[in-house]
Order: sequence, then C-alpha cells, then structure tokens
Amino acid sequence: MNTSNDCFEIFSIPIAWDVDIEGLQVRYRALQKEFHPDRYADKSDAQKRLAVQTAAIINQAFGTLKSPLLRAQYLLERSGVSADQESYITTDSGFLMQQIELREALAGVTSADKPWAALERLRSTVETTYENLQSEFQQFYSAEKFDSAFNTVAKMQFFNKLLQEVEQLEYELEDL
Amino acid sequence: MVLLQISEPGQSPQPHQRKNAVGIDLGTTNSLVAVVRSGMPETIAGQSGDHILPSVVHYAAQGVDAVGQEAVGFNVSDPLNTISSVKRLMGRGINDVLMLGDQFPYTFQQIDEGMPKIDTVHGLISPVQVSAEILRTLVNLAEQSLDVMLDGAVITVPAYFDEAQRQATKDAATLAGVKVLRLLNEPTAAAIAYGLDAEHEGIVAIYDLGGGTFDISILQLTRGVFEVLATGGDSALGGDDLDHAIAQWLRVQSGMNESLNPMEQRILLEAAKAAKEELTEIDQVNVAILEWEGSLTRSVMNGLIDDLVARTIRSCRRTMRDAGISVDEIQNVVLVGGSTRNPLVREQVAKFFGLQPMCSLDPDSVVALGAAIQADILVGNKSAGDMLLLDVIPLSLGIETMGGLTEKIIHRNATIPVSKAQDFTTFKDGQTAMVIHVLQGDRELVDDCRSLAKFELRGIPPMVAGAAKIRVTYQVDADGLLNVTARELTSNVESRIEVKPSYGLGETEITKMLQDSFSYARDDMQARALREQQVEADRMVEDLSTALVKDATSLLSEEESQCLNLAITELQKLRLETTEHRVLARKIEAVGKISETFAARRMDASIKSALAGQSLDDIERG
Repeated sequence: MNTSNDCFEIFSIPIAWDVDIEGLQVRYRALQKEFHPDRYADKSDAQKRLAVQTAAIINQAFGTLKSPLLRAQYLLERSGVSADQESYITTDSGFLMQQIELREALAGVTSADKPWAALERLRSTVETTYENLQSEFQQFYSAEKFDSAFNTVAKMQFFNKLLQEVEQLEYELEDL
Repeated sequence: MVLLQISEPGQSPQPHQRKNAVGIDLGTTNSLVAVVRSGMPETIAGQSGDHILPSVVHYAAQGVDAVGQEAVGFNVSDPLNTISSVKRLMGRGINDVLMLGDQFPYTFQQIDEGMPKIDTVHGLISPVQVSAEILRTLVNLAEQSLDVMLDGAVITVPAYFDEAQRQATKDAATLAGVKVLRLLNEPTAAAIAYGLDAEHEGIVAIYDLGGGTFDISILQLTRGVFEVLATGGDSALGGDDLDHAIAQWLRVQSGMNESLNPMEQRILLEAAKAAKEELTEIDQVNVAILEWEGSLTRSVMNGLIDDLVARTIRSCRRTMRDAGISVDEIQNVVLVGGSTRNPLVREQVAKFFGLQPMCSLDPDSVVALGAAIQADILVGNKSAGDMLLLDVIPLSLGIETMGGLTEKIIHRNATIPVSKAQDFTTFKDGQTAMVIHVLQGDRELVDDCRSLAKFELRGIPPMVAGAAKIRVTYQVDADGLLNVTARELTSNVESRIEVKPSYGLGETEITKMLQDSFSYARDDMQARALREQQVEADRMVEDLSTALVKDATSLLSEEESQCLNLAITELQKLRLETTEHRVLARKIEAVGKISETFAARRMDASIKSALAGQSLDDIERG
C-alpha cells in the first residue's frame, strides 16, 4: 500500500486549516462503506488483508484531520517543515511562566477546597488558550510564516497534553 | 416475503449459491445460535425444544459426556467435573483466576505461562477446550436443524474483551472447526438486532450486563452506519457476582462456616441464583439451604448488590466522557443480557439516563439475533446495502519503554481497523537485539497493564546508542486482534509476529488438541482443510480475473499482466489436481505475493477516485 496517500486527497477536500468536520464525517462514512473489511468478507485472504490496511489508512487520515493538533502538524509536514516538536525549546518566557502556573494549578486541584470547581476553572483556561493558539496557527500558516507556525504548534502540543492530564485527573477525582 | 431475483439481460447471473452462516452468542451462563431464514433472524432450538444452551460442560473419565441442560444436572452431584462460567477464565492468567476468589470450585493447575487448566477426571482441560465443546454443540445443532454444512459463523464477544480474551475465543472456534467470519462486539450485535439502523438516527447507549461481563457502548447511528464512539465496562463483573454477593449473605444467615466444600458452594450458589430470579417478580422469597430456612426480601437483596450496580453506572459515566457525550444527548438506551431483568438494575439505568430503556426483544437472545444478521451479510447472502459497523478497541495498546513505563501506541476507543507505527532506538553502543514487550491497558506502569506478548528483534547492525531506528507497527484488524511487526530501518532487518497473547494457546498446542479431539477423525480434518483451500483458490481466481479485466490495461505493464495470467492458470490447474491442502495453500500464498503490487495499486487508485470531485450532496445522495 502506498503510504504517501494524502489525507486531504483521500477525502477530496481542499488543503487548508479549516476543515468542515461534519462534512468530513459524511465523506469518511462514505469511504468506509466502500473499503471496510466487512465489504470483503467473501473475498480472498489477500484482498481481505488489503482491505484491513486500506480501512486503517482511512481511519488514520480521518483521525489526523479531526484533531487540531495532528492537523496542524500534518499541514506543516506537507509544507516541508519538520513537525517534530520534541526538540523544541521555548525561549518565550511568558509561555514558560504560564506553563508553570498551570501545572501548579493542576497539582493543587485534589487538595483544593472545592476540587471540582478548581478543575473546571483550570479546564476552561486551558481550553481557551488552546483555541487561541489554533487561530494563531491559522494566521501564521495562511501567511506562510512557517517558523512562527512551528512555534505555535509546539505550544499547542503542551496544551493538548495539559488537557489530557485534566481529563485523567477527572477520572482520579471520581475514584476518590 | 422473499422475492426471486432476475438478472439484467446480457449480464450473466452469478452462479450464486446460498451460503450458510450463523450467529453465535457464546455467553458466560447461556449460549445461543441463530440464523437468518426467509429474511428474518431466529434462534435455533435443540432437540428438547430449548433455544438456550446453558454454557455448562460435564466431563467423565472418558471425556465430555454432557453439554448444556444435561450437564447442569451434574452441578451439585459432581461439581468438580461440571464446568460452568468458563468464559470468565478465557484468556486469563492464574492471578486473574485467583482474584475471582472461591467463585470456582475447581482445582486449577498452572502448567506453563498460559491459561490455568482445570483438573478434571478426564485430565487437565483448558478453558478454550470447554468453550470449543459449547461451540461444537451449537454448530452441530445448527447443522442438524438446517440440514446443511455451515460456511462460517459470527461469534460475539463482550466489547470490553481484551486481546487475550478475543484470541482465546478465536482459538476455541478453531478447535471446534468453525470458520469465524467475524468476532462481533455484543452491544453492536444488539443494536443490529433492534434494527436501529433503519429508522433511527442519533446516539444510543447499549447497557449489557451478562452473566460474567459488563459492557457499556455509546453508538452513533447515521444512515445505516453504526459508529461506536466509545466503549467501556468491566470484563469481570456480571450476574455471577450478584449471585455471589447473595450467596455470601445466605452463608452468614444460615450459619455455615467460611470453608465450604464444593458441593455446599454449589448449593448456596444455586439458592442465591434462584432467589435473585424470583425476586424480579415478587418482593420476598423463602429460601431453604440444607437444614436452614429463611427469607430474603427485595430490599435486602438490593442492599447486597447496590454497590455492584453502582460500579456499572460509574462505567457509564466514564464511557460517556470518553465519547464526548452528555446524558441528555442519548436518545435511546437498550438493555442486553439476562442480568438486566433485575429491577434494581433497570431502575438505576433509567434514573441515570433519564430514559425508559428499550427492552422489547428478549435480552437473552438479542445478541445472537444481531450476530445472525451480520453473518448473513458477511457470507454474501444479503447485500449489506447501507449497513456498516465501525467498532473500536476497548483498551489502549502500548509498548514497554525504559524504566518500566508504558508508551501508548494505539489509544483506547480508536476505530478499527487501525495501524500505527512508532520509532524507537537503541540504548547501548553496539546493541544488536531489542525486546519488544506488547502491553494492553491504560495505566502508566508496565506492571499495571496486561502483558500480551514479548518478542525479540535480532540482527540489528552494531551502531552507537541512539543511531539505530526501529520502527514498530501495531495493526489491529476488524476482529480487534493485534499484529505487531518491528523493523530496523537502516538495515531492513524485520521481525514479524502475530501476537499470541502470553495467556493464549500456542499454535502447536492447538494442533495437538485438534488431533486429540475424538470428534475429528484425521480424514475429516484433511477433507475440511482441503475444502477450505479450494474455496479460497476459487475466490482468488475469481477476484483476480475480474480485477484484470477491469484494470490490467491502466495499471499493469504487458509483462506484469502476462505473469499474473500465468499464475491464475497454474492455480486453476493445481486446484483441480491436488488433494493435498498444504500444497494448494502454498500456491495460493505464492499467487497472493505475485499479485500484491497489483492489488495495492488498485486499492490506491480506488481510494483516490472514490470521492474525487464529489460534493457533499453527491455523497449523501449515494
């Protein structure tokens, strides 16, 4: 299977940051109706294996376009910018301070007077910042300022991780 | 009414032979088999007229002597050799079994790393063998009742079953000689049976409390597509646990001491189960155990089981969060599993979702009915039309990294099939081998996850630490089964394994069991294997010929298509001549290899052209 399949091409949508998620879902379902392994159940084993791979590629492409972070990384990659943010070291001290504060807030939730309220406050801060970063990315990307877009994606990654940790904490609070 | 089909003039009608496929609900307490007849799914009754086969197998010294209702008769008289609730042992290790405590009266033996075996008068028996006996009984029942040989079956599993439990179920089918068309998640099967595809759109919750497992699935229905948004549950919580909670109370009330013999355990359990069932209808029952007599009211019972029910509700809450759905978005709640007859369960579910649950279909047979519908479609009898199931994996799959930590590769609730690759590197200078430890679970520490398999990638060329690039690929198929490959990219050294869970049976063990199995004479097995390969050869010839007619000119060079045509001719010839299934299998594999590139090019081209230039309206109109 050719793994160079372009996510946007698979769904036959324009290459852009803005993706109409509901429309994407319609396209996704139409594709799976054609390529899902269940459609190949009475075919040869070779065909079945291929169907598994194809359906997996469609699923992965769908996942990439649905997630703001993955979509941003993918767009950069397509533009020839390495999207591996692990080596990214921020020099933005304001951003670093903000990260430290948010991490402290996260650590303090369980011992707070009203842990659920503290968690919700934190979540809404994180979500708002995450959304702002997304519009920032869009601006840099459409202006083809890829270096700045790269920095924004690195920040998005931090916030995406924070959001996951907030969710994890929610499970833990429920177990207390 | 069934309409006869007439083909379009000029188009040769496919010599379409009706195929025979059934749906099997292999349950903890009861099992059922169902088939689609005249367009409608129905469960198949045994000779006694019962549609439900208790999942109980009795072993005598010479082997299996009773399965189902007949075996239930030995529950009290011969508890050590009467195996029930074996589904709870499938794909589990000795530690899981010990955690279930004294729920099982059997003596377990741990021989190797695999599933513990049950010590019976007939010798050591694997849970997989017990399940195979139940499957075989159901298949025989169907074949006798329909008077045909089956072409395959859809077997249902709890959505929350992990890799090891799924693999064990598939192994049981192999042992029973059943071709598995698909392992289908029970809640999804229930949704199909309710015909929720046809007139419903929106979000549905399926609450499935069976004998030994609990599942909650959130599905989105859109124009015939059943899309599982999230699934959760507990593969070790079910009606059995309600029975044990009640039995525990009865033991204390009746003044029995804690160390019961297997027969007393059985008596207590049977009394608990009977009381539980009666209390769904009435408010108070009298219970007699040996010399003791007393009574149990519904409210006392509710107090005994409310914690277990609360656990299921907590799972519901979590799963909704995973799905990103709030309670008021749920439009329907479907109840599945015998334990949902319990009034407290119904009350709590209705309260949590703020909806009266749907339960118009018999909760015991709904899963088998749905499986039969899917089997009928998969085997090619009925055009799938618009129906499509998109299922997810219930638990994350990961890999062990330095420091005993788990790095997730595929996250839970990812839609299957799914394939993900991740690159790793060496830790030491000159390192030539690497251990790949495959894990399942959502916790950080390796010790808190289930170990699925360990294998080694060898032959990495010696380099400085960090220079090698090892790509590990996890692929999960539509049955939820995992395949792992590892490859060193600078040298292309590859290691590939079909993940055989640490708790599973080895290939050789299965072969041996198959050979030992007295219901399979050697000749029978050979004949069946040959027949399977012949069918596969025919499929391959048909698939390839059709594909060549359509796409050879656009996708292949002259030389390539000659090569493929030759391969087809050779395969056809061998198909007619050989009686050796292995020879035919090898040829099929060889032709498969030759045609791989062509197949990939076709799939690639069709993916690209599938939606090309189509507007949303075009797509929605289909």
